[in-house]
Formats: sequence, structure tokens, C-alpha cells
Amino acid sequence: MKRKASVDKSLCVACGCCVKVCPRAAISVPNGINAVIDEALCVGCGKCAKECPASVISLEEADNES
Amino acid sequence: MKAKKKWYDHLWIFSLTYLILGFVNILFAWLGMICFIVPLVISICWGNKAYCNKFCGRGQLFSMLGGHFGLSRKKDMPKWMKSKYFRYGFLIFFFTMFFIMLWNTYLVFAGQRPLGQKIKLLWTFKVPWHWAYHGTVFSDGVAQFAFGFYSIMLTSTILGYVTMILFKPRSWCVYCPMGTMTQLICKAKKRDEVTDRS
Repeated sequence: MKRKASVDKSLCVACGCCVKVCPRAAISVPNGINAVIDEALCVGCGKCAKECPASVISLEEADNES
Repeated sequence: MKAKKKWYDHLWIFSLTYLILGFVNILFAWLGMICFIVPLVISICWGNKAYCNKFCGRGQLFSMLGGHFGLSRKKDMPKWMKSKYFRYGFLIFFFTMFFIMLWNTYLVFAGQRPLGQKIKLLWTFKVPWHWAYHGTVFSDGVAQFAFGFYSIMLTSTILGYVTMILFKPRSWCVYCPMGTMTQLICKAKKRDEVTDRS
């Protein structure tokens, strides 16, 4: 089972702090609404979760992925 | 692997210089309008938060002080602080105070009130600031706006600094009125786009 970052979209402020720290460029803030994580690129390092000023990113088990 | 720094990663220098210039000559406070106009223009014209995401110098400053220099406890902020009630409430409060400041500026322009050479911190404490005022070639109202605007900028910096220490470095971003407003604009723009298509 792999762990992937997951954003609570309803509370995301779209500041982009997570985008800056992601070592895999897996996060974007399309249309300035909320952060979106590309699960194919995410390695679950948790840097974004640590950086997020609102603490609305968590690492979750992505068991349906290979 | 660290990403290569771009030119805009150094905009914290602008924010820091701005804060210092307010102590030298208050008229420099007008430059702060850039931080109000640019994010609005970007969100209205392009429908994104590139300002917050890339260019915001204040965010970079907090990120540096809190992250690099370790001045932040890096704890989670309380739940109410990231709620929409608080964010939208703070936005309304902030702009109410902003318009009161504009009204006071108008009164000085209109000659109904003398120029107050003071900075108002946290909307409450008046601090003498005459030493940063060396006269103006324009109306006194121009200087009054500078005092008022710098008060807002310094107040929000102080608030951001306190929450930087208590919570994550860029805690200010969560309740930053400009950030909340540009996000609302982006959401509204996206909604229009979707309804236009259907």
C-alpha cells in the first residue's frame, strides 16, 4: 500500500505553499481554487502536509493503486 | 533535489524594503498599492492565484523567517481560524477598516480635518510617526493616505508575524484578505465559465 497526499478542498486557501515544496512537481493550483495532487507523481513524502499553513493536506493510503 | 530559484523567489526583498522605507519616508507607503492591485488584476484577467503561488513577497518573508530561520513553532492552527466564517469575516472587517481609512483621507483632502502624523497599529494603538514625514508637494490628503495605508500594512505584518511564530510560517496566507478575495474571484470566474459553456 502506498501513501499519497490528499487535500481537503473545502478548506484549501490555494496559497500554493505546497507547490513550492513538492520535490516531484506533483501539485498545482488550477484556476486558483484549490491545490490538486497528481497521484501518479506523488511519492507520499509528506513535505506538502508539513508546509500547508492550514494543515489541510494529509497522507492517505491509496490501496486501489498498484 | 532542490528546484532552481526563479527571479520571483526573491521578491521578499521588495517586501522587506517596503517595510523599512515606511520608517524613512511615509510617502513610500503608496508603493504598497502594488500588493493590492497586482493580485486583483491577475485573478480578474487570468483567473488564477499566481500572485499568492509565486510572487507574494510577504509570504516568502514569512516562509524564510519561520522556516529557514526557525522562528515558527510549526504547529497546526486552531480549526476556527481556517473556517470560512473567520476568513470571510476577517475579509469584511479588513475592508471596512480600509474604507474608514479612505474616508479619513477624504476628510483631510477636503480640508475638514488636519493631517494626523500617526500610525495606527492593530486598529487601536496610535504611534507618533512624524519623524518619517518630510512634507509633501501634493495635498495633505496624499500624506494622510500614506499614513493610513502603512498602518494597514504594518498591522497585517504584525498579525502575520505573530501567527507565523505560533503556527506554520505562512499562517497569514490562510486569513490574508487579499488571498481570500482573489480565491473568491477565481471561484466566481470558474463558475461563470462552466455556466457559459452549458
